[in-house]
Amino acid sequence: MTAVRVTKCSQRFGSRTIFRDVSFEVAEKEVFVILGGSGCGKSTLMNQLIGLLPPSEGEIEVLGHVITGPEGAAGRHAMQRRIGVMFQSGALFGSMTLLENIMLPLEMLTDLPPEGREAVARVKLGLVGLGHATALMPAEISGGMARRAGIARAMALDPPLLFLDEPSAGLDPITSAELDKLILDLRDDLGTTFVVVTHELASILAIADRCIMLDRNAYPDAGGTIAEGNPRTLRDEDTHKMVRAFFRREIPQIEPV
Amino acid sequence: MVGQVTARLRAEERDGTTVLVVSGRLDAQAAGHLWREALRAARRAKSMALDLTTLEYCDMSGAALLIAAETAHAKPVSLIGASPQTEAMLERARVAAAVPPPAAKDARSPGPNIVTAVGDSIAFLGEVLLAVLTLPARVRMLRLRDLLRYADQAGVRSIPLVLLLGYLMGLILAFQSAVPMRRFGADLFVANLVAISLLRELGPLLSSVILAGRTGSAFAAEIGSMKVNQEIDALVTMSLDPVTMLVLPRLIAAVLVMPVMVLALDVAGLLGMATVMKGFGYPLVTVMHQVQSAATALDLFGGLFKGMCFGSAVAVIGCRAGLSTGVGPRAVGQAATAAVVGGIVATIFLDGLFALIFYRLNI
Repeated sequence: MTAVRVTKCSQRFGSRTIFRDVSFEVAEKEVFVILGGSGCGKSTLMNQLIGLLPPSEGEIEVLGHVITGPEGAAGRHAMQRRIGVMFQSGALFGSMTLLENIMLPLEMLTDLPPEGREAVARVKLGLVGLGHATALMPAEISGGMARRAGIARAMALDPPLLFLDEPSAGLDPITSAELDKLILDLRDDLGTTFVVVTHELASILAIADRCIMLDRNAYPDAGGTIAEGNPRTLRDEDTHKMVRAFFRREIPQIEPV
Repeated sequence: MVGQVTARLRAEERDGTTVLVVSGRLDAQAAGHLWREALRAARRAKSMALDLTTLEYCDMSGAALLIAAETAHAKPVSLIGASPQTEAMLERARVAAAVPPPAAKDARSPGPNIVTAVGDSIAFLGEVLLAVLTLPARVRMLRLRDLLRYADQAGVRSIPLVLLLGYLMGLILAFQSAVPMRRFGADLFVANLVAISLLRELGPLLSSVILAGRTGSAFAAEIGSMKVNQEIDALVTMSLDPVTMLVLPRLIAAVLVMPVMVLALDVAGLLGMATVMKGFGYPLVTVMHQVQSAATALDLFGGLFKGMCFGSAVAVIGCRAGLSTGVGPRAVGQAATAAVVGGIVATIFLDGLFALIFYRLNI
C-alpha cells in the first residue's frame, strides 16, 4: 500500500519556481529519503507533505487522505492526527521540560493516566538516548539533544508515518548511527514508514530503501527531481553529473555556456 | 487519537498464577484505557504471567504498559506466546526505561540577592560611564544610523500617543479640579494648578512612563534576542564593545528625545486644560495670562531636565535587562517585563529625589 503519493507538485514563490513536476510514491514500511543540495526545495517539499504549505500545483495524498485542493483542509486535519513530525531545530516548547514536551501529545490525545504518560514518555526519551535528561529544559541542552528530543516527541503516539527533517545533522557519528538503527528497528518491528529529509551521505546509505534527489537546476527555469531509486544503485550507476557528484563528494563540472 | 479502544485485558488464574491475557492492538490509546486495570492486577497477583498469544500488535506505548505491569508486580514475570516483534519491542523499551531518572535537581543556587543585584547594577552603570568617557577613542563604534533609528523609534513614533495622553490628562485634571474649586470661586486658578503640575511633574513623569512602556521594553527585547542568538558574543569576539555599540546609541537617543516628548505633552496638556476653561466661559487670553503668572521658565526647564534624567534611567535599565537575559525564549519576555517595571520604579524614585533637591534649592 502507498503511504504517500505526490503527483506533479510544483511550488512557486512570486515569480520564482522552487521546483516543478515532482512526483513520487512512498510505500508503507519504507524509509524514503528526500535529498539534494542546499536550496533545492527539500524542506519546502517536506512542508507540503506535512500540510503546512499548499503546493502551487499538484496533488498530495498521505495515508489515504488527499491534503491538497479545495477539499484538502479536512484531509490535512485527519492526516496530521496520524503522523509525527520532527523539525530541524527540534521545535521543543521552551517552557516545558523534555519529559513534559513528550507527555503533551499523550495528555491531549490519549486517555493515559499521568503515571502512564510519564512511563511512556520516559521510554520514548530512553529510546533516543535522553533517559538521563528528562528534567532538563530545552534551553539547557545541545542542538543534537534537541533534535533527538524532537524525534522522541514525534514518536510519542507511535504514528504509522514519521517525517524527519535533517535528523542526524550535527550529531556525532556514534549517535547518528544509533539513530539510523532506531529508524530501521522501528520500521522492522512496528512497520513505521519514514520520510526523511537529509543530505548526510552515511545516513542515506544506511537507512534509505529509496530516495529522490532534487536539484535546483533540474530545468532551465526551475528545480525538480533529477533521480529516483535505491541510493546505492544511484551511487554506483547513475550518470547524472549532480547525482554522481553528490554521492562521490565531487565538485560538479560546470559546462561552459 | 482518542477513539476506539482496540485491545482487551483479561485476568485468569492458572495453577496459582495470575495470567494477564492481552489481546488485540495495544497502542497508545489502548494502553491508556488498560493502564490502571493492568497495574492493579499486577500489584495484586502473587505470581504473574503475561499471555500475549492473541496480541496482534504492540507499539512502544503498549510495551511501556507491559513493562510498567512487570515493574508493579516486582517479581519475575513469564511471557507466554509473545511474537518476535513484540519481544523485540519489549526488550527495546526495557533498555530505554532502565535509564535511571535523573536525581532531583540540586537545590538551585540561591537567586541573586539584593546586594548582588545592586552591585551588578552599579557595575553596569560604571561600564556605561566608562563607555561614555572613552567614546572619543572609539567613536566609530557609535553608529549614527542606529542612533537616528532609535530616536525615531523612541521619540518620533511616540509623539501621537504623547499628544493624545497629554491632552486627555490636561482635560481630566482641569475638569476634576475645577468642580471643587468652583465652590470657592477659585476656578480661574485651575489654570495655575494644571500648568504647574504639568510642567513640573506630570509632563516628565508621564513621558517617562510612555518611554518605559514603549521603548524600554523594546530595547530589552531587542538586546535580549541578540543575547539569545549569541550576537553579543559575536561582538565581543570581534573586539567590539557591546556597551558602546548597543547601549550608548539607545541611551543618547532616549536622552535626546525625552525633552521633546515632555514639551509635546506639556503643550497638549495645556491645550486640554484650555478646552475645559473655555467651556467654563473663560477667554483664552485670561487662561494664558494665568499660566504665565503661575509657571516660570525654571518650572519648564526643570521639567525638561527631569525628563532627560528619567529617559537615561529608562534606557539604561532597558539595556541592562536585555544584556542580563537568560537562556530560552521565555527569558526575552522576562527581560522586557523587568525593563518596564524597573523603568517606572526608577522614574518615580528619581522624581522623589528631584522633589527633595528642588525643594532644597528653592526651585
